[in-house]
Amino acid sequence: MNPMSTTDTSTQSPEAAAVPSPGSARARSARKAGQGHRRLLTRRDRLTLGLMAGLPTILHVALVWVTALASIALAFTTWDGIGFDAIKWVGLHNFTELFTNNPQFWPAVEHNVIWFVALILVPTPLGLFLAVQLDKKIRFSRAYQTAFFLPVVVSFAVIGFVWQLVYNPDTGLINSLIGANEPGRYIDWIGDPDLNLWAVLIAASWRHTGYMMILYLAGLKSVDPSLREASALDGANEWQTFRNVIFPTLRPTNTIVLVVTIIEALRAFDLVFVFNKGAEGTELLSILVTNNIIGESSRIGYGSAIAVVLLVISLVVIIPYLVATFRKERRA
Amino acid sequence: MSTTVATGAPKKRIPVRPARILLHVFLTGTALAWLAPLLWAVYAALRPYAETSEKGYVSWPDKLNLENFTNAYQQSGMTHYFVNTLLIAVPAVLLTLFLSSMVAFYVSRFDFRLNLFLLLVFTAGNLLPQQVIITPLYRLYLLIDLPGITVSGKLYDSALGLVLIHVAFQSGFCAFVLSNYMRSLPHELTEAALVDGSSVWRLYWQIVLPLCKPAMAALATLLSIWIYNDFFWAIVLISTGENMPITSALNNLSGQYFTDPNLVAAGALLTAIPTLIVYFLLQRQFVSGLTLGANKG
Repeated sequence: MNPMSTTDTSTQSPEAAAVPSPGSARARSARKAGQGHRRLLTRRDRLTLGLMAGLPTILHVALVWVTALASIALAFTTWDGIGFDAIKWVGLHNFTELFTNNPQFWPAVEHNVIWFVALILVPTPLGLFLAVQLDKKIRFSRAYQTAFFLPVVVSFAVIGFVWQLVYNPDTGLINSLIGANEPGRYIDWIGDPDLNLWAVLIAASWRHTGYMMILYLAGLKSVDPSLREASALDGANEWQTFRNVIFPTLRPTNTIVLVVTIIEALRAFDLVFVFNKGAEGTELLSILVTNNIIGESSRIGYGSAIAVVLLVISLVVIIPYLVATFRKERRA
Repeated sequence: MSTTVATGAPKKRIPVRPARILLHVFLTGTALAWLAPLLWAVYAALRPYAETSEKGYVSWPDKLNLENFTNAYQQSGMTHYFVNTLLIAVPAVLLTLFLSSMVAFYVSRFDFRLNLFLLLVFTAGNLLPQQVIITPLYRLYLLIDLPGITVSGKLYDSALGLVLIHVAFQSGFCAFVLSNYMRSLPHELTEAALVDGSSVWRLYWQIVLPLCKPAMAALATLLSIWIYNDFFWAIVLISTGENMPITSALNNLSGQYFTDPNLVAAGALLTAIPTLIVYFLLQRQFVSGLTLGANKG
């Protein structure tokens, strides 16, 4: 269980406080209780339980995991989608084709990496900084939070349209302000392959900052106030207190932030699709996968190979994170 | 950095220090900058196209009215798309909460060996990028014939198909959050009821679920906004423009009906209004939901 949810649930449910046995003792008693439960179950209860756990699992596994595995299988085939007989095993052909022959693939990988690096370097520290400031029992904290968090609530599609109004070469805010909205002096923020990724990333960072701020605010709320007091008594200034005392205790939050940011960078799709459909300069792995489905040519095996690359990168992140999370939960 | 050290002097009226004022100036400035893109959209939407095309967009307004909003709404027949969204989002949210609370109940109350693994499967599935599964999913939806059940006769291009994938995908996150929540409820509670001879279903429906109301409220708020804001599933799994929910329809509408930037601004803002209303009314639930299970993108 991540620590934030621990603190949140315990503050939300007064019942939790009523459980006296802490830590491993509690887990042991829970296990015992579980066995006790089992003995009391009638046949009908077992059936009910089976259905309760089974139906949602079947739906989830069928639509998420079976399809993920199918992606892997299809990546080694070529298929036009008409009839199962047409599926042909081609081995690693799709991958060699992808790695050596696709002019969009490596730029897409690069852009996904840039997406992550940009998000972790700019909006994440900014979100942390804002959270630290807003955590100081400051007046109007609520109003500031609302302003920073507003972009997180709005859909990526709407964000895309709103930022197009800012970037439009003719009518957009930026070009109008700097006088670049006349023929010959246009700055094409969305069309220019050297500029458009950064233009989209500004919009993405705009949203990400608020998200990170909220996560860090929750993390900061669970920092023991006496730590701060002790540090202040020791004569540490604000920066020293933050660096040596507060930031180390934010470790669990940092882990979550890192995972969320990586996943966001891999999932990035809507914003780019609305901006320019992933034209030159803004190719992303997610866009390439989708283009192989709804694009002019439906190349199922090839699209799946790109999806597998995406899957492998995601699992490298997801599995260690979950293993660590669940191991901690077991210990708790 | 300012020099305001948070000393342990509670309840004492802190004299306004220059550092504090500086901080407020900074925060106000940043907050305004953050709102600027949205405010710019509002400003463009409030001005008639004729005026902005003549004077430019960065100019003092002569006329401000809601005409672009009414035009955007009526010309594109937005009501239809809002209804589509409603038909997808309401069943999807209810079904997700129902199914995931059952899984959570099982995982948290009955200590069978499978539990941890089950939870791991659900949580990991929820973290995958959607594009990993979309190709086979798209093919699967085309393969499943449902004559007479959906308008398209298939799972593809139907509201049902969207509801199912939303439920399957989001239930991972909800099961994780709810099982953590249920675990914090005292075990004696359900044990006593079982000893009294009540059925497992009664235990779930009448004892555990009512206690989970705060978590369910937070998740319902979060899910409503996420499903409303979904763009990707509908773009790929819906082919008829008429069947799209509002967020995904925006993409087509902007080409067809929203012919000038002012109308685009109005249309986009209209789409954002329901989420903003939900957010302002249920801000607390939304934020607590987000931090409750902060492992979600």
